[in-house]
Amino acid sequence: MQPLAREFIAAVREAARDGELGDTTRAEWSRTRDLLADLSRERAAQGFSPTETATFVFSFKQAIFKRLRSEFGSDAETLAEETWTATELFDKLGLYTAEIYQKAREEVIVRQQQEMLELSTPVVELWHGILALPLIGTLDSNRTQIVMQNLLEAIVAKSAGIAIIDITGVPTVDTLVAQHLLKTVAAARLMGAECIISGIRPQIAQTIIHLGVDLGGVLTKATLADAFQVALRKKGLAVAKG
Amino acid sequence: MGDFLLVTIQVDMHDRLAITLQEDLTERIVNDRTRGVLIDISALDIVDSFIGRTLGNIASMSRILDAETVVVGMQPSVAITLVELGLSLPGIRTALNVDRGMDLLRESLERG
Repeated sequence: MQPLAREFIAAVREAARDGELGDTTRAEWSRTRDLLADLSRERAAQGFSPTETATFVFSFKQAIFKRLRSEFGSDAETLAEETWTATELFDKLGLYTAEIYQKAREEVIVRQQQEMLELSTPVVELWHGILALPLIGTLDSNRTQIVMQNLLEAIVAKSAGIAIIDITGVPTVDTLVAQHLLKTVAAARLMGAECIISGIRPQIAQTIIHLGVDLGGVLTKATLADAFQVALRKKGLAVAKG
Repeated sequence: MGDFLLVTIQVDMHDRLAITLQEDLTERIVNDRTRGVLIDISALDIVDSFIGRTLGNIASMSRILDAETVVVGMQPSVAITLVELGLSLPGIRTALNVDRGMDLLRESLERG
């Protein structure tokens, strides 16, 4: 903590030597800014609160004010003026740390979202030419788009004739999700692959019918196992006891 | 190829080309007494609603002329585009590649 504070003071002193205290976006402040940015990022990653992060800067105020008072003690007008300049400067630097802190947190959120998207759409090969796509979690249009693309690309890559979309892990199905599912099935069919939708829970079956979504043209099975069996049969394969 | 016609689309389809294909194909089906048509569109990566509809039309026309049409090798991006355009081409039979398409045509010829 202490070396960091010393470094900060040194950076501020170096920047302030040129006499420009009003504008911290200038080049001579870049060392101070970099220092604070590193500090904010580090603290954001460690889970500090924004208040704690900004307090690093604001805590210098008291010391600075004390110094100013001892220097201009008798001259009230200069003291007030210098205090105001110092306040303004440290407020700006403090706000800067808060800004960087927030930016760092947002970067973390964006990265996590990206990772979640990638993690949540695996396409697995159950057998030669049989793919399974276990969907878990709520489907929004952004995710469904990625799911659709992944599945279609996997169909080409593995030259799979049958794809099983398992929606056991999907908590709710609304018209939009149902429509996306139907689109995926239609697109797969255009490419020459057949889709089976499995894992439809009783509540979801009721919802789909109440919503008036027509799944008539799509092969549906209650469980992934049933769907796999159908897929094997379509390929002319059978499971035998060895 | 035997009783089948194989059409491979190698260039970007534009409207006039699609119409020419439609005319040539129907002509050939009648002249050669073709029983099956394979349209390989694996090299096609851009498609619009007109091309999509023309493909559908070709399939319907060949059915009237007693020939099955199978579209093979559609790219994922093309499939997504067609579905988003609302053209799921319900009348067309599809297969992943030419081999599978051939199998499909042979099967349907044997059956009927």
